[in-house]
Parts: sequence; structure tokens; C-alpha cells
Amino acid sequence: MDVSIWIFLLLSVLKIAVVTVILLTAVAYTVLLERKVVGRIQNRWGPSRVGPFGLLQPLADGLKLFLKEDLMPTSVYKPLFIISPIIALSCALMSIAVVPFGAEVRYHGVDLFQIADLNIGLLIILGITSIGVYGIALSGWSSNNKYSLLGSLRASAQLISYELALGLSLVGVVLRAGSLRLRDIVDVQSTHGLLSWNFFGGLQFVAFFVYLMAAYAETNRAPFDLPEAESELTAGYHTEYSSMKFAMFFMAEYANMITVGCVATLLFFGGWSSPFGNLFPAVGGVVVQALLPVFWFVAKVFFFLFLYIWVRGTLPRFRYDQLMGFGWKFLMPVAIANIIFTSLWLGLRAP
Amino acid sequence: MYLVLFFIFGGLCVAGALNLLLQRHPINSALSLIVVMSSLAVLYLLLGAEFLAAAQVIVYAGAIMVLFTFVIMLLNAGKEERTHGSKAAYIVGFPGAAALFALLAFIFLQNSGHLGQVRLGEYLVTTGDLSRVLFKNLLLPFEVTSVLILIAILGAVALARKEH
Repeated sequence: MDVSIWIFLLLSVLKIAVVTVILLTAVAYTVLLERKVVGRIQNRWGPSRVGPFGLLQPLADGLKLFLKEDLMPTSVYKPLFIISPIIALSCALMSIAVVPFGAEVRYHGVDLFQIADLNIGLLIILGITSIGVYGIALSGWSSNNKYSLLGSLRASAQLISYELALGLSLVGVVLRAGSLRLRDIVDVQSTHGLLSWNFFGGLQFVAFFVYLMAAYAETNRAPFDLPEAESELTAGYHTEYSSMKFAMFFMAEYANMITVGCVATLLFFGGWSSPFGNLFPAVGGVVVQALLPVFWFVAKVFFFLFLYIWVRGTLPRFRYDQLMGFGWKFLMPVAIANIIFTSLWLGLRAP
Repeated sequence: MYLVLFFIFGGLCVAGALNLLLQRHPINSALSLIVVMSSLAVLYLLLGAEFLAAAQVIVYAGAIMVLFTFVIMLLNAGKEERTHGSKAAYIVGFPGAAALFALLAFIFLQNSGHLGQVRLGEYLVTTGDLSRVLFKNLLLPFEVTSVLILIAILGAVALARKEH
């Protein structure tokens, strides 16, 4: 085979490894951030003993989860009980593969800031998240436990219902960009900085709020965390899980949060583009110019993660019928109205 | 490369379909169906139909099969009993299936000259191309189909509604 193919393969594997390690570290530190921020919201300190400011707490937690006994309840359906956390985690980690982290920088023909540049990147993310439902649905059923089953039934119903609103809310953005490729969607928003972001200049703020609410429901986060409502269902679908299997669900939840943050950044907040556009002259060398977009991207994703935690610390949980009514009778019509208005607006402006 | 992928996912598809029939527990059958649909999506992708592949995963594997498993979980269906089957199945079923298979194979082989061939990974039908065909050349059939689906939804709602 050609030498360039080997370089391509080596760089791709390296890229995947680096992104996975960064993602898993980010997951661990999002947990710490959540405990810290929720702690401050509730007027306590949160973890502060392990390392400076409690910064080594994720390490200690990981070690603890590894060393715990992996319980296997006697009456579970074993094949599915074992495979469902794997489905949940692998689906959560896979969707990061199509996310571009920075402007296109090529080295030996390999894009450094994106694992896979696909024409249908957005659809791939939707597809992978829709497969991830099985992790939750099957875990509850195979646990052979009333609380788990109820939790997973709630989760399946909730995910199917909110997936519609989620998918429809993205149509406006796709209409504006005329492409499903994530890089094209960002390029449309990167001309005039803040003003051409879909959230501001693209007039997609309604779509953004619909997306955000539907995505919170998709990731089972407060105020939509009914599948694992502690006060009603003990722990919901992962009641019977312990040790690393529980940790896999936990990591999947936070990895999904990060993916949602990435997608919201890419689709509505201009991805890696600077909020100032071309206002300031380009300073620094090639390396600075390549890393600056990554900084903007990470900053925006961090903002969304903070928002997640902020919402969790502030809002009470929905009742189940309220959840369904909200999804079907409010979010979906609003998303459809947004599609109609966006296409009318684009049609009127079209030459 | 494409051929290797084709054989892997084609094999996975057939294995999933056989497993679907042989499993005795409904949930295992449903999961095998998901495997079949996902590997079909990869086969579509190999033929260059990227939007169709994504739609296959999102709609069939992701939404419809979730509903299937949802219903199986809700009914808490247990293992199926293995029966010897009715006599009609043996007398009519197997020859009928064999005849249908032979007929389809005959028709395909006879018309293989007209059908044309495509190499794996040769074409890429982008979403733009597909939508241009759907919304320009085939606009009327497309809209009629969507009206048909709307009628089906309304019918389902009307049937499911309880009289007060």
C-alpha cells in the first residue's frame, strides 16, 4: 500500500485516541463542575478535600467505582443486562466523531480538528442518539425490577416524543445553511461574528430554545429527569447496576450532555467562529490562529454545560402528564411554526 | 475494501434475520430486527444512498423499533411456546415460499440485462440531489403519499378515541 495511506490511518487512530481521552476527562470534570456548582447554588462547598479545590475528586471517584464489587442480581436477564450499559456508553461516545472542533487545518491530508467530515454529519448525530435509547430501555427491562422497568418505560416514551421536536427544531438551521454537513452550517455563520450566528442573525432563537428543551429531555436531565426520579423510582433504570456498569451509564449521561453542548454550539452559536468576526487583526503565528477557534468552541461548550447545571440546580421536576403535554402540544407546534416562518423568510429573500 | 464491508454487513444482516426467526423470546427477536435494519443502512451507504441510510437508522432502528420494544416491555411478553405448527403450514407454506423464491429469482435473472449494474461505492447520491428529485420531478406522488399518511394518522386517532 501507499505510504500516505499508512500516515492517514496512523493520524486517524491517533486523533480518535486523543479525542476519546479528552472527552472522558471532560466527562469526569463535568461531574466535578456539577457537584461544585450545584453545591454553591445550595449554599455549600461541594467536594473540596481531594487535591486543591477538590480537583482530584474525579480521579478518586473513578478509582472507587473500579474497585467496587460488580453485583450481578440473580433474576436479571444476563445478556441484555450486560450489553445495555455498553450500548449506552458507546453511542454516547460515538457521536463526537463528526463534531468539528476548529477551523479546517490539514496535515498530510488529514483534518486535525475533526475525526470524520461527513456530508450527513447532523443526521449521523441524530441517528446515533436514537440508537442510544436502547441502552436505557433494555437496562430497565432486563433488570427485572419494577422501578427499573417504570424508569425505562418513561425514558423510551420521553425520548420518542422529544426526538420529534428536536429533529424539527434543527430544520430551520439546515434550511439556512442548505447542507447537513456541520462545517457548512458553521461556515454560514462565521462571516460577521456574533451577528451572523444562527441564534442572533439567523433568527433561529425560537428553534434554539426548542432544541435546548428537547435536548434536556433527550439526555434525561433535570427538569426532565423522570426516568431516574429518585423520590419516585429509587434510581430508575439503573437501580440494579453497580460498579463500572453504573459508571458507564453515568459517563454516557455526561458524554451526551457534552454532545448536546457541541451541537448547540455548532448549529446556533457559530461553532468555532469568534464572536467578534474579523473585527480584530489576526495576531500570532499559524499555531495561534489554528488554536484560537478551538478555544472559542470549548468556551461555548463550557457555557452550555454550565447552563445544564444551572438549570438542574434551579428548576423542579415535571409531572409525567405535564412532560408529555409540553412535548407534544407545545414544543412540536412551535418547531413546525418555526420551519414555516424560516422557509417563508428564506423564500422571500431568495433572488 | 467496499466488498469486505459488503460481506461483513450482508452476513450480519442474514444472521440477524435468521436469529429473528429462531429466537424464542420476543425481545431478542426485536433486537435482531434492529441488527438487520442497521446493517441494511450500511448496505444503502455502500450503494451511495447516504440520506436513505441515515433515515433508515433514525426512523426504523431508532423510532419504530423503540416502539416495538416498548410494547414488548409493557406487555411483559414471556417466552414463546414451541409448537409443531399446523398442517396447512407444512403442506402449503413451504412449497409456496419455495415457489415465490423461484419466481422472484427467475424474474430477476431474466431481466438482469435491463436492470443495469452499479459498483459498490461508485456513486454518491447527496441529500441535495435526492430532494431535487423528490420535490421537483416527483412532487405530486410525494405530496399524495404524505396526505395518505395524514389520513392514516387521523384514522388511528379516530379509532383509538374513547366515546364519552
